[in-house]
Amino acid sequence: MRLPWSRRDRPRRAPPPVEPLTASALTWLLAALALAVAPQATELSVWLSVLFAALVGWRGFIVFRNRALPPRWLLLLVATLAGAGVMIDHRTLFGRDAGVALLTAMTACKLLESRGLRDGVVLVFLGYLLVMSNLLYSQDIPLVTYLLAVILVMLTAQVLIHRQHAGLTALAPLRLTGRMVLLAIPVMLILFVLFPRIPGPLWGLPKDAYKGRTGLSEQMAPGSVSELIRSDAVAFRVRFADAVPPSNQRYWRGPVLWHFDGRRWTRPEEPPVKTPIPFTPEGAAVDYAVVLEPSNRNWLFALDLPARLPPRAGMTPSFQLLRDQPVNEVYRYEMRSYPAYRTAEPTAMERSRGLQLPPRANPRARALVAEWRQRDPQPEALVRSALTLFREQPFYYTLNPPELGGEIVDDFLFRTRRGFCEHYASAFVFLMRAGGVPARVVLGYQGGEMNALGGYLMVRQSDAHAWAEVWLEGRGWVRVDPTGAVAPNRVQQGLYAALSDSRLLPFLARHGGDSEWLRQLALGWDILNNSWNEWVLAYGPERQKEFLSGLGFGPADWTGMTVAMLIALGGFGVLYAGWRWRSRLARDPVARAWQRFCARLARRGLARGAAEGPLDFAGRVAAGRPELAAGVWEIARLYAALRYGPVAPPEQVRQLRQLTRRFRA
Amino acid sequence: MGALWRRFEGWVMRGQRPSAEPIRLTRRRIYILPTGQGYAFATLLFLLFLWSINYSNSMGFAFTFLLAAVALNSMWQAHDNLLGLIVDSSGAEPVFAGQEARFAFRVENPDPRPRYGIALQWRDQPPRHTDLPASGAAVVTLTVLAERRGWLRTGRVRVLTRYPLGLLQAWSWVEFERACLVYPQPRGRRPLPAALSGGAGAGLGDQGFGSEDYAGFRLYAPGDSPRRIAWKAATRGGPLLVKQFTDQVRPELWLDWRLLGIDSVEPRLAQLCQWVLKAEGEGRRYGLLLPGARIAPGRGDAHRRRCLEALALFTYAEDVSHRHETAVEPEGPTKTRAAAG
Repeated sequence: MRLPWSRRDRPRRAPPPVEPLTASALTWLLAALALAVAPQATELSVWLSVLFAALVGWRGFIVFRNRALPPRWLLLLVATLAGAGVMIDHRTLFGRDAGVALLTAMTACKLLESRGLRDGVVLVFLGYLLVMSNLLYSQDIPLVTYLLAVILVMLTAQVLIHRQHAGLTALAPLRLTGRMVLLAIPVMLILFVLFPRIPGPLWGLPKDAYKGRTGLSEQMAPGSVSELIRSDAVAFRVRFADAVPPSNQRYWRGPVLWHFDGRRWTRPEEPPVKTPIPFTPEGAAVDYAVVLEPSNRNWLFALDLPARLPPRAGMTPSFQLLRDQPVNEVYRYEMRSYPAYRTAEPTAMERSRGLQLPPRANPRARALVAEWRQRDPQPEALVRSALTLFREQPFYYTLNPPELGGEIVDDFLFRTRRGFCEHYASAFVFLMRAGGVPARVVLGYQGGEMNALGGYLMVRQSDAHAWAEVWLEGRGWVRVDPTGAVAPNRVQQGLYAALSDSRLLPFLARHGGDSEWLRQLALGWDILNNSWNEWVLAYGPERQKEFLSGLGFGPADWTGMTVAMLIALGGFGVLYAGWRWRSRLARDPVARAWQRFCARLARRGLARGAAEGPLDFAGRVAAGRPELAAGVWEIARLYAALRYGPVAPPEQVRQLRQLTRRFRA
Repeated sequence: MGALWRRFEGWVMRGQRPSAEPIRLTRRRIYILPTGQGYAFATLLFLLFLWSINYSNSMGFAFTFLLAAVALNSMWQAHDNLLGLIVDSSGAEPVFAGQEARFAFRVENPDPRPRYGIALQWRDQPPRHTDLPASGAAVVTLTVLAERRGWLRTGRVRVLTRYPLGLLQAWSWVEFERACLVYPQPRGRRPLPAALSGGAGAGLGDQGFGSEDYAGFRLYAPGDSPRRIAWKAATRGGPLLVKQFTDQVRPELWLDWRLLGIDSVEPRLAQLCQWVLKAEGEGRRYGLLLPGARIAPGRGDAHRRRCLEALALFTYAEDVSHRHETAVEPEGPTKTRAAAG
């Protein structure tokens, strides 16, 4: 069927013949694309990985067996089915996962349509997109190194596509691209450091943009923290300006949970303010810098109690730091905290929130508190009674607590008595509120491990913790960690020391044993990762300003950066041009000999004009210095013959070199 | 846009004349601009840059910058790929109008490193690619449609390369004096004219130079070939006689411009051209009469070429057409004689 708008009907000039893709170009292209998709093979749906591998294989088969490409209708069918498959998998064609899946599917389909140079170029461009899409999932050192290699292969494929005459040598393009990438790295570094960064995002990110990050959740129910314990991923790393506070003071404050519905603790809407919430410090400040891993949360963690605000961040009245954008890049900020403090009176709203309880829940716990209050109604006494209960009754600290049913506080306090930090925090705050003492749950991390070699503290997901704060007359909000009453080692030495069965812990959170050397190796590796995070991944708009201002050229703004960038690029360009000139001379004996000859004449005031040909120059010299004429003409003629003639015979090159060496002006 | 571009090219090329010598591609002759692909790549990089901002992806920035730097470096590579090449034109064999002239160019690489993806391009035609080995050369042939008779020059020819990445095109213009002679297109349906027709002004003496058929004797004149002397008769003691031959069966032809009086110039030349080819093909002896030129009858490749050249380069002027007897002989070692009447 011929449609009216079909291209063939137009009386146009015949299209230029398709420049075909050579077998070597296609081989490299297929390899590059397969390598670009490989890291995501497990993330993608199985059918898509299989489809991609199959189509790459098929295209390779077509090349090597000289078969015809599949008909167009088949291509359209595969493309439609693949699109539908992505749609069914993700229920959308937008968003991170669906986008990457669609890109992969369409690249696979394009392979079957790859006839000519133009198709090859489209595939290479798609390949660069595929390489970049890997960075949405991880930016760690091994992956980045790998992707750099993939870029090299992709560039080589791009070079081969443009070499219509296959032949001469096979590895020359790889050497060429290798050199190009090496030369590109300094330029990349200049741009990376000096190109003025713009804070993102520019437009709405897809909902699943940062899916799958491990980290604290914004509510707490039995089991929600202990789930995290199984991950030894680093949550953040901290470098202290001075002494590192002891472990039992290292409470990294996260979300503060006020509302209890009988099972779940949640966070009310607490709008952050742009100035630090005031409190009275009682002791020295601790200064430190945190490098936070992406969490897809706005939360910034700080030691109790934070006294300043990182840029673009605010603080809730419960002293939680919130950034205006979720942290989806490695983010570094500097902080100051006061471990000893006294906070102000709670507002009426805080007080009512701090006493909220679901009515009539957990009658046995309420009865227990009523009993304590009859003995001593002081809030401090209630706190002591609760801690004594945990310490002296057979309560256990375990990663595998039994399921809680019904009234969970009662069930925990009077039946199971085995729990993780969230069980103790939850029960403790319930008891306090039942006794009329305002209290709240704080989520965050506790402790952290020093990397002695690197001089920084690593806080892992397995350091996640929940504790309580009660409000005491005259002292303000006071931190109470009921877990410490059950398992003092947890607070003083970390999770490993507190658990009797460490096999449940992730490998890196264990200490000692046969594999200690492996753990040490892992710590060394973490140092590398930390530097990578701190200096490379965290290099955003703020870090850039901070770093460049720190160089001592005054505060860095974008005009300054642009000027510095252009100067640096120009400087590199000049260096590169000079190096190329020198190496050209070194490679070319004829040019070098001529250069020497011209230099000698120039010293006698006979400089060759920039556009002056050798014979013109010789004529001028001969006219000015007749006694030199014979020698000059001989050299100039020989040079012109070698330079502009056909292939230079080696004996003539030797002769020219001898003549110029002997020449005296 | 096209007109503007042409003006820009004209400005760039000012002062460059067609060369009779090999042309060396120097720095000042080489230009470089992004290709369509280059612009597409720039767009891709810009999108990746925005994407990196949006996701605050540090390595996204790094890779985008790396690709940009590689593209920048490919500018140097493309420039170097052309620099120093020596291009020469080997000319083209004559063709008839309507045929394609094949211009051969020799591209030489004086450097001890190979050069890939060098191409020559004539106007908008697809470029012809070649690779040059280290210190080697290659011949690239460009075909140009010869539309009209006369001298055909290629004009500016583009020597270009998109190597290595295809994102940028470095190019240089070369223009050579060497031209291709285009004969008129052989066309016309008239039969060959009758021999000796219309008193074409053929000298009678011409008959005497025929060599096909014996026609009789005449007195010896100095300069006659000794082979033609009738030695037998001479031995009998008569005056020295010379044998005379004439192509009586296939008398020589005069392909005369004036026989085609009703046509305008180009169809006449086309018909004459066709006659030349036909006469040559039939093995006849033929002469050519044009206003202002007269080629004596003859045969063979050299003769045919002479006739075709005369047709190719014929310029018609009213005043010339009326006095073609006062002929100016065309260049070359032709031995035509002025017509008698």
